[in-house]
Amino acid sequence: MAADAHKLEIFRGLLKFKSNVQKIWGVLIFLSIVTTFEVALGIIRPEFLLQDFLSMKLLNWIFILLTIVKAYYIAWDFMHIRDERSGLKNAIVLPLIILIPYLAFILILEADYIFEVMRNGIVSWNF
Amino acid sequence: MEVTTHSAADETQVWGGGNKPLNASYGKMMMWFFIVSDALTFSAFLVSYGFSRFKFIDSWPIADQVFTHFPFLHGVDAPMYYVALMTFILIFSSVTMVLAVDAGHHMQKAKVTFYMLLTIIGGAIFVGSQAWEWSNFIRGEYGAVETKGGQILQFVDAQTGKRASIRDFATSIASERTTHQSSNGIWYQDEKALTTVTLAEVKAGFEANPNLVIRTQQLNENDQKIDLSRAASLEKIEEAQLVVEGANLIRNEYGNRLFADFFFFITGFHGFHVFSGVVINVIIFFNVILGTYERRGHYEMVEKVGLYWHFVDLVWVFVFTFFYLV
Repeated sequence: MAADAHKLEIFRGLLKFKSNVQKIWGVLIFLSIVTTFEVALGIIRPEFLLQDFLSMKLLNWIFILLTIVKAYYIAWDFMHIRDERSGLKNAIVLPLIILIPYLAFILILEADYIFEVMRNGIVSWNF
Repeated sequence: MEVTTHSAADETQVWGGGNKPLNASYGKMMMWFFIVSDALTFSAFLVSYGFSRFKFIDSWPIADQVFTHFPFLHGVDAPMYYVALMTFILIFSSVTMVLAVDAGHHMQKAKVTFYMLLTIIGGAIFVGSQAWEWSNFIRGEYGAVETKGGQILQFVDAQTGKRASIRDFATSIASERTTHQSSNGIWYQDEKALTTVTLAEVKAGFEANPNLVIRTQQLNENDQKIDLSRAASLEKIEEAQLVVEGANLIRNEYGNRLFADFFFFITGFHGFHVFSGVVINVIIFFNVILGTYERRGHYEMVEKVGLYWHFVDLVWVFVFTFFYLV
């Protein structure tokens, strides 16, 4: 890969950098802001974010969403997925974004079922 | 069926080898394949953590109450600050790595060396921090007792709402009991180190301190641990079977047994990745100094270990979320 082959835009072209080095620092600043925001939310835990949304707290959904955002920028800009051919990009990303949510879905559904069984069963677990 | 024609030139271009449809070298592509499979391994671990957590959703330990230490701040309740710092360290070492890769593209040996060194230092600080985190986790802080059913009972001062350490309130009862070692007695029998206070001492101390109540594993609707009343606590303490201090693979003072197991396994597996990443970085660092890549004409090896190093950072972002935030 030639040194000048980097795509230097992030946020869909909203932010353009002059050089690759500048882009790296820009992404670092963005990742730091997101992490700081997450930690602040985790310490404050605002009341209005503690309500349930799709059987999980809204706050936890925000954390997971922000984590995926961070993962995207680490993979796209630090690991240079952004500069790869779409064939390689898809070969890497598609298996992960199909298999991982699927695995999470079936296991967590099963866990919730077991939780219900343990709660509603006649066996006491708290002794 | 239509007849497709190929010229001889096409034939050799497509089938004669030398094509790079993905425009990536063999080594880089294999590194990516490894990363994909490793990502699936890590996601399986994290999902099984999620499985156990959803199975015990009403009694899982609260991370904010477990990881409360910060170096040089003894007794200060500092939830999450330290792991947040570790996250920043790892992201920063990821940045120095990508700067090294960029310098490698421009064939600037001095810059690659410098940034690789920073990356190694960042990684080493991270591994050290994780060791410190583990040692705090294993040592524990307040201690607890365990019932026959494996429930952990912690102690709280009902007036201040603060956790009480079993070592502080236990009344000392003289006892002759010492750790049985295989050297004294039957050689194939020994036991783990005894807890600093015995169960009888904890019980006596608890009964003598009217302020103390028991904090159960169970969570209320606001996801806070449920504290029993004094009367219910006095009844509950009779069910205690064991004193638990700190954490090991069998039981831990923080709550559900699986919690410590997953903590050790997932952060340990990640820490092992960081450690091997540091080792590989050191090897590449010396190769850079020796001029191996200068002679080879390209710094692709730095790019390949860079991919691995970023992946380790990427995994930590998820571990951080699922262990400490959610």
